[in-house]
Amino acid sequence: MVLVSRRPEWPEISFEERIGTTRFDVHERAHIVVDGSVCTDCSTRECIVACPANLFVPTADGGIVFNYEQCFECGTCYLVCNREGAITWTYPEGGHGVVFART
Amino acid sequence: MLLERGPFAGSKNMYGGVVYPRILDQFHPNWWEEVPIQRWITRRSTMVLTATQAMTVDFRTQAWGEPPYNGATAYRPDFDHWLAGKAEADGAVLVTSTTALGLLRDEAGRIAGVRTDRPDGDIHADVVIACDGVNSFLAKEADLFGPGQTEAGNYTVGVKETIALPKDVIDERFGVRDREGVDIEILGGTGGVNGGGFLYTNLDTLAVGVVLKLPALGAQPRRPEEIIADLKAHAAIAPLVEGGTIVEYSAHLIPEAGRSMMPRLTTDGMLVAGDAAAMCLAAGIWLEGVNFAMASGIYAGEAAADALRAGDTSAAGLAGYERRLGDTFVLRDHEKLRRAPGLVLSDRVQHHYPQMIANVVERVFRVENPRPKPGFRRIVREERKRAGIGLRDLARDAWAGIRSFG
Ligand SMILES: Cc1cc2nc3c(=O)[nH]c(=O)nc-3n(C[C@H](O)[C@H](O)[C@H](O)COP(=O)(O)OP(=O)(O)OC[C@H]3O[C@@H](n4cnc5c(N)ncnc54)[C@H](O)[C@@H]3O)c2cc1C
Ligand code: SF4
Ligand code: SF4
Repeated sequence: MVLVSRRPEWPEISFEERIGTTRFDVHERAHIVVDGSVCTDCSTRECIVACPANLFVPTADGGIVFNYEQCFECGTCYLVCNREGAITWTYPEGGHGVVFART
Repeated sequence: MLLERGPFAGSKNMYGGVVYPRILDQFHPNWWEEVPIQRWITRRSTMVLTATQAMTVDFRTQAWGEPPYNGATAYRPDFDHWLAGKAEADGAVLVTSTTALGLLRDEAGRIAGVRTDRPDGDIHADVVIACDGVNSFLAKEADLFGPGQTEAGNYTVGVKETIALPKDVIDERFGVRDREGVDIEILGGTGGVNGGGFLYTNLDTLAVGVVLKLPALGAQPRRPEEIIADLKAHAAIAPLVEGGTIVEYSAHLIPEAGRSMMPRLTTDGMLVAGDAAAMCLAAGIWLEGVNFAMASGIYAGEAAADALRAGDTSAAGLAGYERRLGDTFVLRDHEKLRRAPGLVLSDRVQHHYPQMIANVVERVFRVENPRPKPGFRRIVREERKRAGIGLRDLARDAWAGIRSFG
């Protein structure tokens, strides 16, 4: 018998399913706002790969779409982004945002 | 008064994680009888991974499975909620679902409370203790950080999956019984991004995650969940996590640079504690922060009480805080290990040494008869060269290691 290491088996999970395992009590005010006009001439785009919640989505015309709703409030994005004014970052209203359970 | 922006204490908090609660002995003797933990750590493994190899130092002691115990896996939403309840029982007023938006100052410009997002939400206080975590906007607003201290390079982001598996499956795979638990710290296994990995046993879930260096994470193509997937697929990890279902996905920053990124801890009317003051100890084989946060919170509370009694809440009146920190593990451990974070996250420790060590071990135990066994010294020399490690680098890192950890 030849022993080859196989790719382990677990159910494929889409990003939507993954983030769907975490609870978010979304407030109507966006606690993080991204100014797309600053992003259009950003070539490094660290936010896209670094945001653990995958909230920065590039658009065909070179912009960025951002949705604040399923956000961990971690702070990674404002740290990796070097463009002044691109990200306005605050915490959500008290009692809203991510609610962890088994972390 | 204890302010918390989440709906309950612990709701915003995520870590590896293992708590080391011995600091509570003095206030809550026998805390272990009621603390909501998952498993007591009786087995601790340090694993070095390359793409196809793993070397593990595995330690087990039954002493950590009985009072006063050592570390325990726990969910922060359970543990922090319990701890806040203790503060309430001792007279603190816990106000949840309330975010501190900024500092209030008196006519003389001294800190005199916080503004919150409640209607009429100004809270006047003689002493504010900023324990608002790694992003501490309160410490930043008070201008307590020096140049460069809050740069991205001083932080890592931790990303984890909580994976459900039946308790008996976990017991069997990890070789434990009852409430015994396992803590695996992983060096390597984070692909092109420097950092590390972890795998902890809860009662009926596993915590699997990676800690990734900023801003490097943003300058390469693999996303955090892909890096976790790669770690889980490693031949040494896959059999442990296979078949489990992800029941929660989470992320949180770590102030990684230790002593060198600590802000000023005292100013007129305010003290800074816990991750807000970068007191988390992230030094490779250790990842501790909850105990540092609890202890600094205790000392901040004691110093604030002293200052209030003496009627002087200026920085001078609050000086008892840093004296206590300096006398105890909080600053002593950080002083002793102040070079460790840089060393642990260096390319040689992250990539070159793991490769060298794994190759050496592989060759030492490979039997290639009829060839006789090669000498140990020769293997080490050859593998050191193959991994591209100069003798001088090795000597320098060994010395740095001895100075950092010795
Ligand atoms: C991936 C990872 C793994 C880790 N593993 C371990 C481990 O195994 N063991 C260990 O001991 N440590 C570990 N740590 C470190 C540990 O989590 C931290 O050091 C610890 O949580 C610090 O506690 P803290 O109370 O200072 O900050 P936090 O736990 O961040 O708590 C801050 C609190 O303040 C609240 N808050 C923040 N801002 C405001 C505001 N403006 N208004 C009102 N409330 C606010 C938050 O909601 C939160 O409850 C780990 C960290 C990470 C990210
Ligand atoms: S948010 Fe920052 S890093 Fe991301 S695209 Fe915009 S400017 Fe670039
Ligand atoms: S705070 Fe964290 S989760 Fe939220 S958008 Fe920024 S990087 Fe993503």
